[in-house]
Amino acid sequence: MAGHSPTVDSKTLWGGGISPFKVSYGKMMMWFFLVSDAFSFSGLLISYGFMRHSFEETWPVAENVFTHFPFFHGDQPLLYVALMTFILIMSSVTMVLAVEAGQRMDKSKVIRWMAWTIVGGLVFVGSQAWEWMHFIHGTELGALQLVDGTIVQWLNEAKDAIVMPGAEGLTISGAEAAALIKEGTEVYGANLTVNEYGLPLFGDFFFFITGFHGTHVFSGVVINFIIFVNVLKGTYEKRGHYEMVEKVGLYWHFVDLVWVFVFTFFYLV
Amino acid sequence: MSDFDRTAEYAHSHSEEDGIGLRKHIWKIFWVLLAITGAEVTLGLFWKDWSLAWAFVKWTFIILTLIKAYFIVADYMHLKHEYKNFKLMVAVPYIVLVIYLIIMVLAEAVFVHDSHNLM
Repeated sequence: MAGHSPTVDSKTLWGGGISPFKVSYGKMMMWFFLVSDAFSFSGLLISYGFMRHSFEETWPVAENVFTHFPFFHGDQPLLYVALMTFILIMSSVTMVLAVEAGQRMDKSKVIRWMAWTIVGGLVFVGSQAWEWMHFIHGTELGALQLVDGTIVQWLNEAKDAIVMPGAEGLTISGAEAAALIKEGTEVYGANLTVNEYGLPLFGDFFFFITGFHGTHVFSGVVINFIIFVNVLKGTYEKRGHYEMVEKVGLYWHFVDLVWVFVFTFFYLV
Repeated sequence: MSDFDRTAEYAHSHSEEDGIGLRKHIWKIFWVLLAITGAEVTLGLFWKDWSLAWAFVKWTFIILTLIKAYFIVADYMHLKHEYKNFKLMVAVPYIVLVIYLIIMVLAEAVFVHDSHNLM
C-alpha cells in the first residue's frame, strides 16, 4: 500500500485536502461508473426474469437453442458457452497480472499481460459473433409459425406433424395438422420479431443482453488497447505509477463479472 | 503533473518479493473460478442423468454464481483491500436496491403468470 497519510483524526479526514476513502479521484469515479453500469445490467437481467416467469411453460430452454460447437456435428449443449466463459476468466487473470506487474513498475510484464488480455477479449467477441450467427440462421429444419403467432416444432423431417409448445409437448398429425401447416408459415432462425425456438421475446432478450455485454467487451478491448499503447510509449513509466492500468483493469473485471451472471441466467437456469 | 492531481499518493505499489505472493494468490483464485465454472457446466450437462431436483440444481447454480462474483469483486477488483468506508459505499447501495428490485419484479411476474392462466 502506498505510504499515504499518517494517522489522521476523523475531523481532518473529512476536512478536505486528502481523500477520506484513501483512493484516487479517477479510481473512485471508475467504481461509481461500474456501480451504475451494474444497475443497467441488473435491470436487463431482472426484466428477463420477469418475462421468463410470466411465460414459464412456453419459454425456450437455452440448452436446446445453443447446441453448436465449431468443427463438431450434433448436439453439444453448454460446451461452447463454457469455452467462452473460460476465455473471459483467462483474460481476467492476465489483466490482474498486468495490474500486479504495474504495481512494481515492471513495464515488460505489463506489456506482455495486457497484450494477452486484448487477445482474449478479441477471441471472446469473435466467439459471440459466431454464436449470434448460428442463432440468426437457426436450424436446417426450422419451425412453423401458426396464424395466431405460436411457434410449433416439426415432429420429424417429413414435416407433416407438429409438436405444440409446453411441457406436455402435445403432438398434432393427420388432416388437422395439414390444415394448420397450410395456413402457417415456416420460420428459420431468429431475429427481433420471430424466433424459431419459441417466443420472440427470448430472442429479443438474447440479442439485447448479450449485445449490450458484447459492446462492453468491445469497448473494453478498445480502451485496453489505448492504455496498452501508452504503456508501450512509457507514459506511465514517466508518471511513476501504473494506476491507469488498474482502472481499465477494474472495467475489464466488471465485464467478466457481468458475463458470470449472463452465463448463469441465460444459459444455465 | 499538476499539483491538483494527487493520484500518485494513492496509487498502490509493492516490492518484488510481495509480487511473488500476490501472483500465487491470483492464480489460486483463477483455479477456484475455473473449478466453480467446471462444476456448473458438469451439473448443467448431467443433472437429468443424476435425477436431481430442478429446484436444487437451480439454487446451486445461483449460489455458485454468487461465490464466483464475490471472488472477482473482492480479489481481482481488489475491493477487499480498499478502505472500509469505500467498500461499503460501493457495495451496500447496489446490493440493497438490487435485492429490492428482484423481489418486486419477480413477485409481479408470478402474478402476471397466474393471470395468464385465468384468461
